Amino acid sequence: MAEPIFVLDDVGVVLGGKTLLTGISFSVDPGEYVTISGPSGSGKSTLLRVLATLLTPTSGTVTFAGRLQSTYEKTAYRRRVSYCYQQPSLFGDTVRDNLTFPFHIRHEHATDAQLTAALATMQLSAEMLDKPIIELSGGEKQRVALARNLLFTPQVLLLDEVTTGLDADTKTTVHRVIEDYHRRGTTVIAVTHDEGEIAVAHRLLTIEAGRLAVTAA
Amino acid sequence: MNQLTVTPTALLFAVALVLIALIISWRQKIGLEKDLIIGVVRAVIQLTVVGYVLTYIIKVNRAGLTLLMVAIIIFNAAWNAKGRANGIPHAFLISLLAITVATSTTIVLLVLARAIAFMPSQIVPISGMIASNAMVAIGLAYRSLNSQFRDKRQGLLERLALGATLHQTAIDVVREAIRTGMSPTVDSAKTVGLVSLPGMMSGLIFAGVDPTKAIMYQIMVTFMLMAATSIGSTIAVYLAYPQFFNPDMQLRN
Ligand SMILES: Nc1ncnc2c1ncn2[C@@H]1O[C@H](COP(=O)(O)OP(=O)(O)OP(=O)(O)O)[C@@H](O)[C@H]1O
Ligand SMILES: [Mg+2]
Repeated sequence: MAEPIFVLDDVGVVLGGKTLLTGISFSVDPGEYVTISGPSGSGKSTLLRVLATLLTPTSGTVTFAGRLQSTYEKTAYRRRVSYCYQQPSLFGDTVRDNLTFPFHIRHEHATDAQLTAALATMQLSAEMLDKPIIELSGGEKQRVALARNLLFTPQVLLLDEVTTGLDADTKTTVHRVIEDYHRRGTTVIAVTHDEGEIAVAHRLLTIEAGRLAVTAA
Repeated sequence: MNQLTVTPTALLFAVALVLIALIISWRQKIGLEKDLIIGVVRAVIQLTVVGYVLTYIIKVNRAGLTLLMVAIIIFNAAWNAKGRANGIPHAFLISLLAITVATSTTIVLLVLARAIAFMPSQIVPISGMIASNAMVAIGLAYRSLNSQFRDKRQGLLERLALGATLHQTAIDVVREAIRTGMSPTVDSAKTVGLVSLPGMMSGLIFAGVDPTKAIMYQIMVTFMLMAATSIGSTIAVYLAYPQFFNPDMQLRN
């Protein structure tokens, strides 16, 4: 058995005097597809943000690939463990600004071909590239945001209800892209209420009031 | 020289002007009466004190005393700029450093270029002008940082999540804040002479200096304020923006 990619030991988060997570312990193997569900406000997004180093736990430890999460350089870590926000927002002026950003932070140059290919996987047309972001629909924004996370293949993909609000066809497209990355080795941890998505996953974690409830096989 | 004396009687009449402002504030329920009175009293006291202090400093003409006066001006400017930071950590030290560098580089260049002489009657007023403009610029830049970090929060969070450094995350915000800090100086440079006859030039003309000579000074002042506000807001913004993040490279609340 390979070394787990994530080991959480008794992780707790207290924020502004409010306990958001308590006693969270579980591990994830490399290449696993784990889904997380639970009622609204139970702490699912909070857990993903902890995994993404966007929120530092108040207690307990998170180990990533054999090393304490806190020992990683944050930018390098976040490029390996990619988090997609539940309600993503695009920045800059155009779709292009968003898609070139991951290249820019790596001091790389993006070709139009690379950018339109990324749009195409999300079934977005090449004309979309120079469209002002204020003219995009909600579902288009969501897909551009996801494409932004996938331009450089992450080791772990943390998805926070990324298909919520998409129509059935678009959902299928997005699921296919995610499964594609998963098949090529990306570990996926997805918060979702989508039955289809839960069905393809290896494991379902349920969170209730900040605690881990059931771990189904 | 023209006859340039405002008699106490003339000042007493000027109080009538304040009364007009007070009556407007009171009748229109603007609620500025208290601030107006405090402002008037403070202006009278502060200016009287400064008048006597400047007279003394100019009379003794010692470098140490001149520099002390400049230091006090810079300190007060930094304190004021901090008041506009709305809780940005270390705002006082950041402002102090930014205003000190902006004022001293500009003054040193002006003295080296022999545009002004190192004597209290020139160094102190010019420093005051530079420091107060740097203070306003920095205050505006702080306000811009605060509002952008609030309004663009989600976009900044996304950039961090994508693995951007603090600088890569905030660069647009930084540029906008510096621009905001400099914009009054740039705008007023565009309209100088057409809309306003700025203080320096007005003062010289008032004192009977030939307007063609007065404008030379004003041109110098315009250039020097451009330098000072850009130096001041750049330093302040570059030191202030990291304060919006915690050591774990997350946005503070
Ligand atoms: N910055 C914060 N400060 C204080 N409380 C917060 C903060 N962020 C989230 N919370 C609270 O933490 C709890 C868990 O939030 P979280 O976003 O993790 O829920 P969730 O399970 O993702 O819910 P949903 O399904 O609605 O997205 C909620 O009660 C929320 O109000
Ligand atoms: Mg959530």
